[in-house]
Amino acid sequence: MLPGFGLSLGFTLSYLSLLVLIPLAALFLRAAGFGIEGIWHELASPRVQHALMLSFSGALAAAAINIVFGALIAWTFVRYDFPGKKLFHAMIDLPFALPTAVAGIALAALYSEHGWLGAPLAQLGIHVAYTPLGIIVAMVFISLPFVVRTLEPVLEEFEPQYEEAAATLGASRRQTIVRVILPTLVPALLTGAALAFARAVGEYGSIIFIAGNLQNVSEIAPLLIMIRLDEFNYGCASTIAAAMLILSFTILFAINLLQAWSRRHG
Amino acid sequence: MARRYRSALAEPAPVRWLLIAVTLSFLGVFLLLPLITVFAQALVQGLATYARALTDDDTLASIRLTLLTAAIAVPLNTLFGVAAAWAIAKFEFRGKNLLTTLIDLPFSVSPVISGMVFVLLFGSRGWFGPWLSEHDIKIVFALPGIVLATTFVTFPFVARELIPLMQAQGTDEEQAAMTLGAGGLRTFWHVTMPNIRWGLFYGVLLCNARAMGEFGAVSVVSGHIRGMTNTMPLQVEALYSDPGEYSAAFAVSSLLALLGFVTLMLKNFLEWRHGDELTALRGH
Repeated sequence: MLPGFGLSLGFTLSYLSLLVLIPLAALFLRAAGFGIEGIWHELASPRVQHALMLSFSGALAAAAINIVFGALIAWTFVRYDFPGKKLFHAMIDLPFALPTAVAGIALAALYSEHGWLGAPLAQLGIHVAYTPLGIIVAMVFISLPFVVRTLEPVLEEFEPQYEEAAATLGASRRQTIVRVILPTLVPALLTGAALAFARAVGEYGSIIFIAGNLQNVSEIAPLLIMIRLDEFNYGCASTIAAAMLILSFTILFAINLLQAWSRRHG
Repeated sequence: MARRYRSALAEPAPVRWLLIAVTLSFLGVFLLLPLITVFAQALVQGLATYARALTDDDTLASIRLTLLTAAIAVPLNTLFGVAAAWAIAKFEFRGKNLLTTLIDLPFSVSPVISGMVFVLLFGSRGWFGPWLSEHDIKIVFALPGIVLATTFVTFPFVARELIPLMQAQGTDEEQAAMTLGAGGLRTFWHVTMPNIRWGLFYGVLLCNARAMGEFGAVSVVSGHIRGMTNTMPLQVEALYSDPGEYSAAFAVSSLLALLGFVTLMLKNFLEWRHGDELTALRGH
């Protein structure tokens, strides 16, 4: 029997409780202390509903975009060779390494009306900066690595004999990809999408610079929490925060169930 | 027949090139362009302005605060990560899965909420607010609050890297060392440590990058006093919202981008050189 069980577990549990669990419990208690009426009044306000809707639908859209492009990127890197491959591959984790405020002002500069991308897009009548579209761009950026990173190891371990068997049996390449390869990727795709969603829904730093932050237009839920805190309106802030946490845990739980189901039927 | 078989095993060349082109354009637009923008905007008014922006007193104070914050938060979370991984990987106990899930919890909490929980506890109108002000202790809008918020958001990094690694390694080597008469600490330093050092370094690297770059959580608890409670990311925001300091904001950003760049290089080096000694190459 190895020593140190009591010490390490005791330290782990106290540190976890003091730093994470008790503070989070305090948040829910604060919201509960606000009373049913207060909570209802806050959640029924159009501004709060719009902010929550924007954060959640934006994060789901970003996760969906990242499923498509993440799968494509992972496939390209695992299966093909091309010049500059190593360099581009090394860049994939940039959103994890680049501080969000830096990403935020860079995206805002890039997509503003005079920016390198904003100017040509504006000519086409597409406005990204200071609109909900800008929020999705920032969310896609911040959650880009998750799907690629969860998919790559699965694709690397994928045995070529299944593809060979499908080919021998006369399947076309498209049939092989859709019927043989894609189904085995579904659990990893869902894991990646869940991580991407969880990151995007609460994201603040990379979004607020490009969003424009117009009430009822491009105001995300974390920003509204920030505004309520600045007004010392702790009850309202706690209510929105608790609603965000409950909603995102529910969605993550649903994705988990979907994943378990897809593993059984994969 | 042979041709048909081959065409069923690989995509036709045009499809292949199309996919490569889409991948490279997507990564170019979403990753490379923002990175280039930071340096281009930082240097747009020349090197002299760039140098002046970086030697400004408030900026230097923000650099010191960021380094100090990371110097407290990262070792704390490293100690926690090692302790948690030791307990979870080397012993059997009930509720282990729940504990592992709870350790990952801060990753699913918005940075703004991660900071606000400490305002609710220690702010002037928080639970302990009156008691703290009676005893003249400042937590929120001061260094302790900034450290707490940073520690919260970087909480899981080291632990989630070490837990699967140490679980895969089992307890045989440690058992053998103990049987041969080595003490607990000696076994840890000479048997466990060499096995986990690269994973540990990898976790610390990611933890540090996030600790130095955290914005949302710190923004809630900092109070935004220039030269006092602004970390580097907050200094970026402060400069950016001042029209005359636009390129100074990018100058400070370029330092943070450099930090990100070095982190990425080290991360890729570790994955390439010691990939088999790291476990999960997953995100965060």
